[in-house]
Amino acid sequence: MTGSNTDFLLAVEALTVSFDGFKAVDDLSFYVDEREIRVIIGPNGAGKTTVLDLICGKTRATSGSIKFRNRELTKLRENEIVQAGVGRKFQTPSIYDDLTVFENLEISYPRGRTVFGALTFRRDAAVRERVEEIAETIFLADQLERRAEFLSHGQKQWLEIGMLLIQDPDLLMLDEPVAGMSVSERVKTAELLHRIIRDRSVIVIEHDMKFVEDIARKVTVLHQGRILAEGPMSDVKANPKVVEVYLGH
Amino acid sequence: MPSAPAPATGPAASPAARDESTLFDTKEWLAFALVAAVILVVFPLCLDAFRLNLVGKYLTYAYVALGLVLCWGFGGILSLGQGVFFGLGGYCIAMFLKLEASSAANTKIQSTPGIPDFMDWNQITALPWMWQPFHSLPFALLAVVLVPVLVAFVIGAAMFKRRVGGVYFAIITQAVAAIATILIVGQQGYTGGINGITDLRTLHGWDIRQDGAKEMLYFVNAGLLIGCILLAQFVKRSKFGRILVAMRGKEDRVRFSGYNVANFKIFVFCLAAAFAAVGGAMFTLQVGFMSPSFVGIVPSIEMVIYAAVGGRTSIFGAIWGTLLVNYAKTSLSESFPQLWLFGLGALYIGVVMLFPDGLAGLWNSHAQPTLDRLLGRRPTPAVQGPASGATQPATLPPQTAAE
Repeated sequence: MTGSNTDFLLAVEALTVSFDGFKAVDDLSFYVDEREIRVIIGPNGAGKTTVLDLICGKTRATSGSIKFRNRELTKLRENEIVQAGVGRKFQTPSIYDDLTVFENLEISYPRGRTVFGALTFRRDAAVRERVEEIAETIFLADQLERRAEFLSHGQKQWLEIGMLLIQDPDLLMLDEPVAGMSVSERVKTAELLHRIIRDRSVIVIEHDMKFVEDIARKVTVLHQGRILAEGPMSDVKANPKVVEVYLGH
Repeated sequence: MPSAPAPATGPAASPAARDESTLFDTKEWLAFALVAAVILVVFPLCLDAFRLNLVGKYLTYAYVALGLVLCWGFGGILSLGQGVFFGLGGYCIAMFLKLEASSAANTKIQSTPGIPDFMDWNQITALPWMWQPFHSLPFALLAVVLVPVLVAFVIGAAMFKRRVGGVYFAIITQAVAAIATILIVGQQGYTGGINGITDLRTLHGWDIRQDGAKEMLYFVNAGLLIGCILLAQFVKRSKFGRILVAMRGKEDRVRFSGYNVANFKIFVFCLAAAFAAVGGAMFTLQVGFMSPSFVGIVPSIEMVIYAAVGGRTSIFGAIWGTLLVNYAKTSLSESFPQLWLFGLGALYIGVVMLFPDGLAGLWNSHAQPTLDRLLGRRPTPAVQGPASGATQPATLPPQTAAE
């Protein structure tokens, strides 16, 4: 169960998760560098989302190791993994409908995360400035007072990205960030992602190949819980196995 | 991106621009002033001693409803066992009062003088160890709050750390209420059984059965209730309150924002238990006894109905809901005692189906706009809220883009 210590930001080794005997992720190993943008692609059911679930603690690994800065994540609770510096965006927008955009971002601000910290939390100038700065980045500066449930689908996706940004994670995991977006929203999101991936590592799951080519340096192709291919986009695209199971469709 | 419609905030959303450092906004100030004025001035002036004591009894349930607003209304944690905490608080103070009433002189006809009468009837010949510390008033007062909080902590830790929630949690709390009743009734030598602990007389020599004492206790009760309202309002206005609302909708997201959700749930459950316990203790003091009929499933559900009728997300609604349902209960059960339980059930179904936000919801959607119009103010954004949702489809992406 103990993985080796490495210089990588994230080292996933021999990771396996089995649901009633079905191995959704099977003996998977991969490494992510500091400031690397990694895109995970693969057909439906390949285990892409499960890998993110395992890293962020939503699903518990059956065996194997996930080390973040040489710290074992498989033993930590979700909130501890977040505090270690891992942020996760879910496939469907996961935001707080009953709260305003401002409050959504404020809750994600990394301070006062204990019970008493939350009771004594003050909305001071630092918090306001940071929330406004993030809102500007995610194109929602004029929506701060609006209840999140009234946002459009694309705006909700941006809000969730903003909620992650305000945490300032070292590793950002995005599950299909442009899914369900209009063309114009997609362009804006690509621009947004380009800006936010500069000073951190990012793992992105995406089906939109144009988008993938646009942002990816290195691509991992998953198939049936295993790695089918890994490397620069051009190599992966030329790989006959990848074409057969995924790109050919 | 199409131009955005005017910002809309519903009643649950607090505008971020508003000064967060004050405890109340203008509307909440008015609501608070109204509750305080009615409880502290109108009732004592208009009601005779008997009715005032009755209202004082109703208000002890308002503590429970207040706790449920935080726990259930904001946090989404439905507890069907708040009667347990109400009862524990009530029993703790009743034990002290009973010991004081069972002096050797008062109980000299018993075979063992100096112990509570029901123990003597059950052939118990010495005061049980768990009763011993209740000779001390400071201990009893501390126990009123600490014992229920400890029980809530154990239940909360056991459930929330294991991520038991929703309906399952509600059923378990209901089972706890049933177990508590069975234990109290079954162990009558130690608890007074089905009759409870009765014939309470004095508090440190002060006769609590006199009208003057009852009036005094009414004001103590009202003062404590206002204190609890302020505390609840503080929790609501803090980031903790917003996290409760966030947890109600998206518990997982709260975890992935770096919070330990279980700790927040345990805290709010313990706070609700503490409120209920203070209510229970004040009940015992004002009514003069405590019995398992305030602990079990039926009273616990009744307490949930008070909060539901008042509006489960409204701190002030909880107070009005409690008063209204209890007034109806007293009036109805005087004339049709058998019908009350049916009436209560119908009331609960009616509230859930027809106006889920209770009295507070009706106030916000009907009375408030009228009031605003009369005062020449803009209608509240609450009515505009849903309407702005209609513009939403325009901003939704075309389906083809997703493919």
